[in-house]
Amino acid sequence: MTLQPVPNPLSRYTPQITVFIAVLVAWEVIVRALNIPRFLLPAPSVILSALLVTFSTVLESAWYTLRNALLGFALGCSAGILVALATSRWTTVREGLLPVAIAINSIPIIALAPIANNWFGSNNPMSKVMIVILITFFPTMINTVRGLTLVEPAKLELMRSYAVSELEVLTKVRIPNALPYVFNAFKVCSSLSLIGAIVAEYFGGPRKSLGVYILQEAQLFRFDNAWAAIIIASLLGIAFYAVVITVERRLIPWHVSVD
Amino acid sequence: MVATLPKRRTSKNLAAILVVVALAVLWQAVKVAFNLDGRTLPHLWEIVLALGEPARRNGPPLIVELLNAALFTAQGAFFGFAIGAVLGFVLGTLFAHVSLLERSLVPYVVASQTVPILAIAPMVVIWLQGSWWSVPVIAAYLTFFPVTINTLRGMKSPDPRALELMRSYAASTWETLWKLRFPAALPAIFTAFKIAATSSVVGAIIAELPAGVQRGLGGAILNFNQYYITGPQRLWAAIAMAALVGIVFYVVIAAIERVALRNIVR
Amino acid sequence: MTPVVTLTNVNKVFGGGGRPQTVALKDINLQIEPREFVSLIGPSGCGKSTLLRTIGDLVPPSTGEVVVNGKTAHQARLNREYGMVFQAPVLFEWRTVLHNVELPLEIMRVPKKEREQRAREMLKLVELQGFERHYPWQLSGGMQQRVAIARALAFRPQLLLMDEPFGALDELTRERMNAELLRIWQETQTTVVFVTHSIPEAVFLSTRVVVMSARPGRITAIIPIDLPYPRDVETRESPRFFELVTEVREALRRGEEMRA
Repeated sequence: MTLQPVPNPLSRYTPQITVFIAVLVAWEVIVRALNIPRFLLPAPSVILSALLVTFSTVLESAWYTLRNALLGFALGCSAGILVALATSRWTTVREGLLPVAIAINSIPIIALAPIANNWFGSNNPMSKVMIVILITFFPTMINTVRGLTLVEPAKLELMRSYAVSELEVLTKVRIPNALPYVFNAFKVCSSLSLIGAIVAEYFGGPRKSLGVYILQEAQLFRFDNAWAAIIIASLLGIAFYAVVITVERRLIPWHVSVD
Repeated sequence: MVATLPKRRTSKNLAAILVVVALAVLWQAVKVAFNLDGRTLPHLWEIVLALGEPARRNGPPLIVELLNAALFTAQGAFFGFAIGAVLGFVLGTLFAHVSLLERSLVPYVVASQTVPILAIAPMVVIWLQGSWWSVPVIAAYLTFFPVTINTLRGMKSPDPRALELMRSYAASTWETLWKLRFPAALPAIFTAFKIAATSSVVGAIIAELPAGVQRGLGGAILNFNQYYITGPQRLWAAIAMAALVGIVFYVVIAAIERVALRNIVR
Repeated sequence: MTPVVTLTNVNKVFGGGGRPQTVALKDINLQIEPREFVSLIGPSGCGKSTLLRTIGDLVPPSTGEVVVNGKTAHQARLNREYGMVFQAPVLFEWRTVLHNVELPLEIMRVPKKEREQRAREMLKLVELQGFERHYPWQLSGGMQQRVAIARALAFRPQLLLMDEPFGALDELTRERMNAELLRIWQETQTTVVFVTHSIPEAVFLSTRVVVMSARPGRITAIIPIDLPYPRDVETRESPRFFELVTEVREALRRGEEMRA
């Protein structure tokens, strides 16, 4: 909080922008100079032109995948928050549930993708949404429980001095206290949900989905197309993350986020 | 305080076991309540029984086959984890000391965490010409991000006064690193290791798919998926084995963490 | 007039059930009259904070009786008859300064308009006008503690319980806060029970200083402070002030020697 001279934004971002441009230029030059075959690494210009040609297909595939990721994110995160809230009253349930949740969180949930395909059919979006729900549920629940319980004891004592009900302690102390934790979970889950949706498609999905498209183009040695799709996927991931951060800044302005 | 700790731990463990039992009961209850057939949700004991039977004619029992696959995948995950952890540690330490590197590169490290990294798995396989090494490389790719970021944060976490103290001793950068920054960073590094333990296993399994590696759990899952209609319990067993590998990785890291941090009061 | 606080034979034992027992409070008898300013002073571990918390019904006594405003301490807490200030400000970082002060009024279902008006009044009392929309992290430690005092006074309790509220502040800020607290105390006509480990602070503020000793925590002396109000910087430099400071210091030392 010391008053430092505010650096002008351009000079602040200079190193990053320099790196970005340098990497792109070096990539293009090296690929052309060494005549690196397209199947190993296409030059940025080639990827860009591939993106322009295949734009509508990629966009359609991306929309399908993004929809699944968003729906799964919404359902998984809400379920995680609700379960955490429900268990916040019962210490025993919570303490029993938390290690199990941490254990489940450490298993490769993506391995359930074939099961989901068998349940719903691989062309049914629900098979992907289910995986995203599972992937986002546990981090959200674990973080929310932590946020609800890791409250400064003096705050609880203050509330006790006001003789308030448990419900008011929840709404006035625990829930606001949990918000930064919940948003941390959202940040993690924003990328997890996209990864989950794409990788679930590797196990089978409709032709017009990012995962199937990337895999297929790679197998057909059309790497420029595959890279174009990967770039779209990356942009979606960054955009999703940016949205979460923006909402976080709006909703919890008191919290100084580390990112 | 001290005297009651073991008792509290037992009751916690008991609660955890109860939750596991409750989940198993829930599994069976869902099966009965919705009248689900074996294809949708096999009985838990069917999965256990399947472990004892050979998956192929005249083959070894499924459990042996799965254990071999698990060992194979764990190897890939372990190498990936090791490479990623070392790389992440070195990068994080470098960023913590060279501000220009931090400012120019860290934003990309953070941004790439939001990128669906596994999407490039098929590319990596092509680059490495389908060799087994694509498995650890992808696992390492998933490991190094959290380790880099947390090492950087941890290395920068010491109290400025502690840094001043080291300065007053005229300690070298190297000494300050090992005597102050590294111990201060350990908790954050282990947090990253725990995250990375899981992602390295996920990375290894996923990498086996486009790499066409048959011997691992990824291959097993793909294989049993094709015979799901005749033997769903085998796919479930393979998934359970994948879960086990993930949990074991996590538990091992958590145990090492407990030993390494036992003297750091939190 | 009924006393604000009456403690009769209060004992508090922590632990038990297999754990080593600590006698935090032993045979405490104390009566505090309306409009008094009573300081509890003693070495760390003497149970002064515990004593304060039994008055506030935040810690129940093991035996004995705590009566606040003629009711049990429990009933007094349910009636919200006291305000509490901790060593740390304990502000809610998600609320602005104004909303932090409004918190107890919100809980007591005071209508929004009145709530805001009262909170503004209180912020004026602690000289923090203009900071209503700030968040706690934007304030210095001393300012945060003033917000905490404003919050404790917001619902006009007759009794203010303060647990080393200025312990974390530097000496000059602490002296300024002392003077401000006395002014507020006289303006609001509340009764104050004040825990501290600073002898000059206790003498400067109080009508009576209660000296405690540790293990077991008990009252070893009660010293009336006869310095005239209003007190200011000159009070701190008067010979009588130094005499009283010495008296309290010796009482503290005697309490330690009695134990040894």
